[in-house]
Amino acid sequence: MSDVPSNLKYSKSHEWIEVSDDIVTIGISDHAQDLLGDLVYVELPEVGNEINAGDACAVVESVKAASDVYTPLSGEIIEVNDALADNPELINQSPYGDGWIYKLRLSEVAELDDLLDADAYTALAAEEEH
Amino acid sequence: MSKQTPLYAAHLRAQGKIVDFAGWQMPIHYGSQIEEHHQVRQDAGMFDVSHMTIVDMRGANTKAFLQNLFANDVAKLTQPGKALYSCMCNEKGGVIDDLIVYYCQDDWYRTVVNAATRDKDLAWIQQHAKNFDVEIIERDDLAMIAVQGPNARNKATQVFNQEQAHAAQALKPFFAAVVGDWFIARTGYTGEDGFEVMLPQDEAEKFWQALLDAGVKPSGLGARDTLRLEAGMNLYGTDMDENITPLEAGLAWTVAWEPADRDFIGRAVLDAQRGNTKSKFVGLVLEGKGVLRNHQKIIVEGIGEGEVTSGSFSPTLGQAIAFARVPSETREHCFVDIRGKQVPARVVKPMFVRNGQSCLS
Repeated sequence: MSDVPSNLKYSKSHEWIEVSDDIVTIGISDHAQDLLGDLVYVELPEVGNEINAGDACAVVESVKAASDVYTPLSGEIIEVNDALADNPELINQSPYGDGWIYKLRLSEVAELDDLLDADAYTALAAEEEH
Repeated sequence: MSKQTPLYAAHLRAQGKIVDFAGWQMPIHYGSQIEEHHQVRQDAGMFDVSHMTIVDMRGANTKAFLQNLFANDVAKLTQPGKALYSCMCNEKGGVIDDLIVYYCQDDWYRTVVNAATRDKDLAWIQQHAKNFDVEIIERDDLAMIAVQGPNARNKATQVFNQEQAHAAQALKPFFAAVVGDWFIARTGYTGEDGFEVMLPQDEAEKFWQALLDAGVKPSGLGARDTLRLEAGMNLYGTDMDENITPLEAGLAWTVAWEPADRDFIGRAVLDAQRGNTKSKFVGLVLEGKGVLRNHQKIIVEGIGEGEVTSGSFSPTLGQAIAFARVPSETREHCFVDIRGKQVPARVVKPMFVRNGQSCLS
């Protein structure tokens, strides 16, 4: 069973979101990194870019495949995790910690209501495993 | 209904992540594909390859039959146990499958073909065997375990019984020995030394466990793919298929042109294509950022376009590598279209790592 911290929010496309007022930190879930396998490359978004909920804004590549990371929320990218450029495996080792991908200043705070809580995400991930 | 090998329970015990592969439930990895890859390059790993199709061909005419069926010439096999890599082509010179054939004795050759092509291979082989009065026996009673890596032979030898160990130690590369109902071959698909062992299904789990106890670690199909790519070994279905000839897949070296009067299936087309293929099969090393993937488009400035046939990340080299078909005039550099960006790549011989060492200059 994968790890799903209860203090975070989640998206149906397997991102996690840590909310701190109008600033959010986004990464991919433990379940997602486990499905991808060993990560070898991360294409980070650019700081300053305005993105809309549903956009593909980063790419994570494992040995086997490339996968888009979607933003579940709209806003401006204010910071990216540059450490991933040299150490993409941080996402495997610490998906909710050192493996965070980018930070966003929200433009549509109401979109937070569309996110899943830990219980709902656990159910979604369990369903996909069967 | 997908099939399980005799080692399925062992894979589950080892935390194997099971995927469907050509109708078989096989382990893609046991936790980390990259660690399994390094294990094989640096020590010893083992693969369950029981899904592959083992076919015995028996009868006095087997040699003549295979000289007609395969693009490489089994007449090269003069010493018992010697192995040969070959393509089996259709009349258009396209590759039906690639395979290894072992010469056991004059009236017995053993062939190992791919799992994904089993049905069409057997049908093709049976169809042509009729004219030669050769008996085709699928050996689905056998399992196959590949033990690969610099320490693979040492560790496997500890596990063999005395007779098996004696035979295995005497094997030169690309030779096999028949020991009772076991078949031990010094062959593989990783670019490392080691054995491929074919053995009765009901003995497979015990042998697997004994290897595990000797320090050989299970490795999945994921690592098998990155190891073979680094080693410069083609994969059927991605690097070549029925519409691609061996000459277009970097396999000209496996086509035996002499003797000129040997009439093998596809020969007329290959003879005509020889020396004037429009494309060439090369290796690529990505110079910019990203990972090379199958089917990415290649742009050769002023010359034309090509395509990545097998691409991945090389754990040994720490960079993205690939096989690709590019225009014949391509020189040292090209660009690869990765999500709309043109990323520079270096063109090299399609072999990246052998016996643990980089082949790149």
